[in-house]
Amino acid sequence: MARDEAEIDFAVAGGGLVGMAVAYGLARLGRKVTVFDEGDLAYRASRGNFGLVWAQGKGVDMPNYARWTRLSASLWPELAEDLSRASGVGLELRQPGGFDICLSEEELQGRTARFEGLRDALGGDYPFETLGHNALRRMLPAIGPKVAGATFFPEDGHVNPLYLLRGLVQAFQALGGRIVNGTGIERILPEAEAFRLESGGRVFEAGRVVLAAGLGNAKLAPMVGLNAPVKPNRGQVLITERVQPFLDHPTAQIRQVGEGAVQIGDSKEDVGLDDTTSPEVVGAIAKRATRIFPILEQARVVRSWGALRVMSPDGHPIYDRSTAHPGAYLVTCHSGVTLAASHALRLAPWIATGETDLPYMEAFSAKRFDLRSVA
Amino acid sequence: MPSGSIFARLPEPDRRPVTLFFEGEPVGALQGDSVAAALLAAGKLTFRATPVGGAPRGPYCMMGVCFECLLEIDGVANRQGCMVQAADGMRVSRMLGARGLADSNGPAR
Repeated sequence: MARDEAEIDFAVAGGGLVGMAVAYGLARLGRKVTVFDEGDLAYRASRGNFGLVWAQGKGVDMPNYARWTRLSASLWPELAEDLSRASGVGLELRQPGGFDICLSEEELQGRTARFEGLRDALGGDYPFETLGHNALRRMLPAIGPKVAGATFFPEDGHVNPLYLLRGLVQAFQALGGRIVNGTGIERILPEAEAFRLESGGRVFEAGRVVLAAGLGNAKLAPMVGLNAPVKPNRGQVLITERVQPFLDHPTAQIRQVGEGAVQIGDSKEDVGLDDTTSPEVVGAIAKRATRIFPILEQARVVRSWGALRVMSPDGHPIYDRSTAHPGAYLVTCHSGVTLAASHALRLAPWIATGETDLPYMEAFSAKRFDLRSVA
Repeated sequence: MPSGSIFARLPEPDRRPVTLFFEGEPVGALQGDSVAAALLAAGKLTFRATPVGGAPRGPYCMMGVCFECLLEIDGVANRQGCMVQAADGMRVSRMLGARGLADSNGPAR
């Protein structure tokens, strides 16, 4: 196999939003980084996601995840500014607060109770609100009569996820970062002070390696003594023709994108590695959308697609360092958009230096799935 | 069919003439033409203004993919001119910017 002689401080497996955010964060700190990305047939969550910057509801059963997500929401304006400057393209970031809409009183009360529990666990610092139908109608005049209400979280927002990926790539490359496209990392062989990587018939040597390959992490992690028990969960998404602005806030189910199209989603299915769409689910998503905002009955759907979330057993991110092979790191989550700012500006420095002032990074280790720790 | 168009028709004597109205002006076409083909043959190149930048646009792919040929046809906004057949008396106008969604509770914003 041909040997690549480039000096690599950090090899990053995966060129999606998670890998690129970490790679960009490492490059900002002056590290020499090479990203290895798969070809066009890869399952690309980063090209199919919904584009929410969403803290609401995250971490109900893991308050540290709520802290981490909210940290990212607060860092997002800084990230967006940096990336827009580098790429020359605005990311369409808006954080006016977001609504999670409920079609039944029962659902609204259940969610409120869960959020109150999280607020208690966070010592009162969780500024959500619950709005009934009439209060919600003042904020979102287009809601239909069947909407019971919504929870509101002031830190939520949305962004164009494709411009985010482009911004990360361009900002990374402007800092001298290198991307190897087309093959991904097939094999990792830990050596004494480095890692030998095989990709597309070539061999690379890297001082350290970060696994950010989404579902591909499950196969790569054991090569460096790590564990990535991630599984696919399919979401289907619809997008309408561009229409005049009618929705000033993103919701968990529906958002109006910067150019005017209405994006509709929020399905969850365990169907393995199948990222196609199905008429039943697309129909159910559309029907629910017209119950939330009846004027959407007039909007023409122009496209639908499926994408696979990368889910850990508890739905929370996994950040880990290999003890068997120091220098190998694991990064995986299903919220690559929301967490992009934390990944670039907080996680990458932790990986680069081993130091952080955040007391909870170790809580995200995959050791929490170890059966022995439960006993 | 004199038009000043950059497009020239092939001789097809067996297709029936139809007349549609573009921005109120009668436009001659042949049965079986798409609205987009009819307008292009008549020298009408600007179909719409983009919703974000307001830039003028006209048909590009002529096969239902690019959405550059959007028009308002018989009162329905955002129709693809290349996917609709021209018909006698059809009312066609330019699609200027994004359409509004009319609300039973009030006008679209």
